[in-house]
Amino acid sequence: MSDIQLEIDGKPVQAKEGMTLLEAAQGAGIAIPTLCHHEKLEPFGGCRLCIVEVEERGWTKLVVSCVFPVKENIVVRTRSEKIDRIRKTILELLMAHAPDSPVLIDLAKEYGADRNRFEKEASFCIHCGLCVRYCAEVKKKHAVGFVDRGIRKEISFIPEIAAKECDSCKECFPLCPTSYLQAAFVLTGSLSFPPPAPKPPSEE
Amino acid sequence: MDNDRIDQIIEKHHGEPSSLIQVLLEIQSENHWLPKAALERVGEKLKVPYTRIQHIATFYKAFSLVPKGRHGIHICMGTACHVRGAGRILDAVQDRTGIKPGETDLDLKFSLETVNCLGCCALGPVMEVDGKAHGKMTPSQSAEVLKTYE
Ligand code: SF4
Ligand code: FES
Ligand code: FES
Repeated sequence: MSDIQLEIDGKPVQAKEGMTLLEAAQGAGIAIPTLCHHEKLEPFGGCRLCIVEVEERGWTKLVVSCVFPVKENIVVRTRSEKIDRIRKTILELLMAHAPDSPVLIDLAKEYGADRNRFEKEASFCIHCGLCVRYCAEVKKKHAVGFVDRGIRKEISFIPEIAAKECDSCKECFPLCPTSYLQAAFVLTGSLSFPPPAPKPPSEE
Repeated sequence: MDNDRIDQIIEKHHGEPSSLIQVLLEIQSENHWLPKAALERVGEKLKVPYTRIQHIATFYKAFSLVPKGRHGIHICMGTACHVRGAGRILDAVQDRTGIKPGETDLDLKFSLETVNCLGCCALGPVMEVDGKAHGKMTPSQSAEVLKTYE
């Protein structure tokens, strides 16, 4: 594993081969906003919020830092007018689905995103895949997965597995940037494995 | 579809998890849809989590998770057919069968889908039934064609 030299936001940074730009930046104390990244999970590159500019031999291109591997002598910019504009639009699009997500509201402040820019389409889930991937990669339970695609893509619990595994785990709940995951779990539970009805108060 | 047949198909692909889509396609083409029990069997045998199977089975239009009719109708909505009145053909077929695109009637006689260009635009508007193309359709002709299917 040889060392790789690169520059991020004007700072010389050392990285190991095979690292992603995001990891190199984080290692140097440079923050890049992320939504679908989680250090315990394989890179996913789903939300595109971590996009940065890379300059290599005079060419500038946009790359997704959580999946882009470090390279010798590249110059990386994590903020620029263009990047901020892209992040703003991504946030605005996501907020059409999840306008009240605390994570998105904070990011929107930073990037001046207007949560009312696009017509609301309350689907709540922003398809970050954190729940699906955490359950598969870390817990290896596969209790929740994606179904369908494009604008109809949704997460869906497998009732048989969820009934057995989820009550004692729920580790994915705090990962969800919206509250959709909890809502979907409660819905699945009440449809397919309802909790026992509370005992009527005994008459004494 | 019984388990033996499913196992045979899996066997043919040497039980490789990477053959998942091939296996599902074969079950789909023989059985015309993918019952849950079949998907569970495939998952167990290929050691693929059910979430992945469900994602793939809902991702591709080639798969159906509900029973399909004996006859598959495809109405072309491609540009050439569209300008020649495909919309009216679709209306007539919907009236005749009582189902919308993506649906199957209760007697499992017809399933209806729309497609975007069947590759024979000169024949437009085109209606395909069980793979046979019926060209230069008019609404009343399309109803006549459907009458010939049992
Ligand atoms: S439910 Fe939440 S964690 Fe799961 S994919 Fe949707 S937004 Fe992400
Ligand atoms: S954090 Fe990189 S694409 Fe989501
Ligand atoms: S548009 Fe209908 S066959 Fe091409």
